Formats: sequence, structure tokens, C-alpha cells
Amino acid sequence: MERRCLDAQFKGVSTGVSKNNYVSSKTINKVIQVHDRIFCCMAGSLADAQAVLKAAKFHLSFHSVQMESQPQVIAAASVLKDLCYKNKDELQAGFITAGWDRKKGPQIYVVSLGGMLISQQVTIGGSGSTYIYGYVDAKYRPDMSREECLQFATNALALAMGRDNVSGGVAHLVVITESGAEHIVVPGNKLPKFNDE
Amino acid sequence: MLEENEPEWLSEEVKTGTTILAIEFADGVVLGSDSRVSAGASVVNRVMNKLSPLHDKIYCALSGSAADAQTIAEVVNYQLDVHSMEIGEDPQVRSAANLVRNISYKYKEELSAHLIVAGWDRREGGQVFATLNGLLTRQPFAIGGSGSSYVYGFVDAEYRRGMSKEECQKFVVNTLSLAMNRDGSSGGVAYLVTIDEHNTEEKVILGNDLPTFYDQ
Repeated sequence: MERRCLDAQFKGVSTGVSKNNYVSSKTINKVIQVHDRIFCCMAGSLADAQAVLKAAKFHLSFHSVQMESQPQVIAAASVLKDLCYKNKDELQAGFITAGWDRKKGPQIYVVSLGGMLISQQVTIGGSGSTYIYGYVDAKYRPDMSREECLQFATNALALAMGRDNVSGGVAHLVVITESGAEHIVVPGNKLPKFNDE
Repeated sequence: MLEENEPEWLSEEVKTGTTILAIEFADGVVLGSDSRVSAGASVVNRVMNKLSPLHDKIYCALSGSAADAQTIAEVVNYQLDVHSMEIGEDPQVRSAANLVRNISYKYKEELSAHLIVAGWDRREGGQVFATLNGLLTRQPFAIGGSGSSYVYGFVDAEYRRGMSKEECQKFVVNTLSLAMNRDGSSGGVAYLVTIDEHNTEEKVILGNDLPTFYDQ
């Protein structure tokens, strides 16, 4: 089961889920909220990813009660990383965790399949991501405004969905800032079109 | 007992990992390629020119197995020479592309190479043909090779119809640079060939003169 995800202090995912060549759902939401201002994108086997996220949500809310404050984004990412690393032989799931916390502001962390955890300014993942490495490298700038970022994420998703046969359906975007999280859904027919369509 | 293990790369097939592309503009075409040839994890040639002439104004870009691609190009070069003598004038780009396609299709099980054919002729001006797996299709631009996967999004977003020669050259150089940065099998220098009615210009852009992006 494959899908793609893009993150740049924004999260965007497409919604197709497929098994072999059958698309089992066109409308799955792969951006999951694990805390008020922390969201995760799933990649790889969605069953594994959902199971890991469920455990992570529990760990995180317990951690947040113990610390008596909002969890840091890196805490969420570390919880996911521990689960992925310790069970690396059984699991096939990767995550992009993004959010905002009071200590470091907006952050993005990538947990890869084997359990590596790194922080990046912009990151892409999933099967469709290979097609947009060039686009993201060329078009990303560190100083974009909210609208520019939104446009960049939407364009990148649209381009990848146009080329990857197992990505598609609807695009989900989440904008996370100090004041909260806003979920934007862009149906396939409203996505930007490029020359090949 | 003298035991010598030969290096792995001697027994690996030599592939032109590669990023290649060709784009047509109003009066001609621009072809571009990287220069890395790999055998497994070894780079066996870092300055190979993968843009091979088939005729004065028709070039092809090689990718896949280096031996297969070179052989196809040489055979078609010969066949085109004979053909152009028979018709008494310069061959059409479509003819060259057909010759490449005929070989790719007939021997598709044995060969593993993909050639993009591009050039200029008097009848149709600049043309680009893709011959992947034995099909033949004319396209406004074509990309190929292992590095091309990473730039599908970029070329989809950036290509516009009616670009000038200079814009096309810039487009090719940017695309090559992006792909070479991401694909382990592409790298080295960028070769550019611009073909139009009046001349065929070959250019090399060295690694440090290639455009850089935000993370470099």
C-alpha cells in the first residue's frame, strides 16, 4: 500500500490506498492528529502505521500528563521512532511528524522505515515522492509566506498525483501555527493542472 | 596458494545510469545529458558524452546498458548514412527515430537501452521522439534514464509551449542539475547539444558551473 506525503511546516497528503492493483479506498485521511498542535503523516503499510500511531497517541498523552504541559514535537517523533526502531523486523511504516511547540516553534521530523529520526525544513515521502524531488529542490525557499507555502504544497501534491499511479483521490493539507491547526481538503478536480492534462 | 579476487565492478554490467532529456523549440531542439557511467557501485567513466550524433542534424541521447545503447546508435548511424545516400538529401528525424525504434522493438528481449532521438529537418523543423521499449512517439519534450524519475514533477510544472532557445537551454540545465543531485547514478558534467537550421552546437557545463538550489 503506497501513498505520498509532503511537509514544509504544512502537511499535505494524497488519499489513495491500494493493494496490488486494486484501489481499496480513494478517501483515506493519512494525516493524523496526535496532539493539539502535532500531526503525523503515515507512509508504508497503513495497517502498521495506524497501529503505531495508536500506541504513540497513548504514550504521548500520558507523557503530557506527567510533564503537565503540551508535549514537544520532538517528543512525538521520538515515541514513533522508538516503536519503529525496536520493532523494525515486523513493521513497515514511516512517518513525517510536524507541529508547533512553545520551545522551538514549528518543526518537522522524519522517522524512516528502520527507525532513523532526523529534522528537516522540508521533506517528502511515499511512493509518489520520487517524482517531485526535482520540483521541491527547485521551488522550495526557506522564507515563504503561508499562502506561498500552501500553493507550493498543493502544486507538489498535484504533480506527484499526476505521475504516480498509486497516489490520487483527494489532497489533505493541515496548517499548524501557534494559534492552532487548520485542515484544508482539496478534491482532485480542484487541484492545479499542469501541461499534461 | 595465490588467490586474487578481482574487483566487483569488473563483472558488473556497465550501465549509463543517467539523466537524459530533449526538448523542441520553434526552430530546433536542445538535448541534454549527464556524464556518469557506473558498473555497480563504481563510476567507471565520469565524463562520458551520452549525446551521440546519428547525422549532421540528428542526435540521440543514450541511457540504460552502455553497450546496448552505443551499439544501437552506431548501427543506426550507418543505416542513416546509407538511407541519406539513397534519397539524395538529409534524412528526416522521423526516419532516424524509426530506425532506432525498429531495433529496440525487434530485440526488446535482449536489449536494455532507451534512446531519445531529436533533431532538425527541413520538413517539420525541430522534433523529439521517444523510443522506449520499442514504441515511437513524438513529444514536445522527453526525459529518460534513472534520474528522470526525480524530475517528472519539475518538468511537468516548468514546461511551457513556445519557449525560446535560451529558455530551453536553461530548462535543460536546471533539470539535469536537479536530477544529478538526487540520482546516485547520474552526475559529473552536463552536455548540451542545440540543433537548429543553421548549426549544431555542442557545449559542456562543468560540475561547479551548474545551477545550485536551496540546500547546496
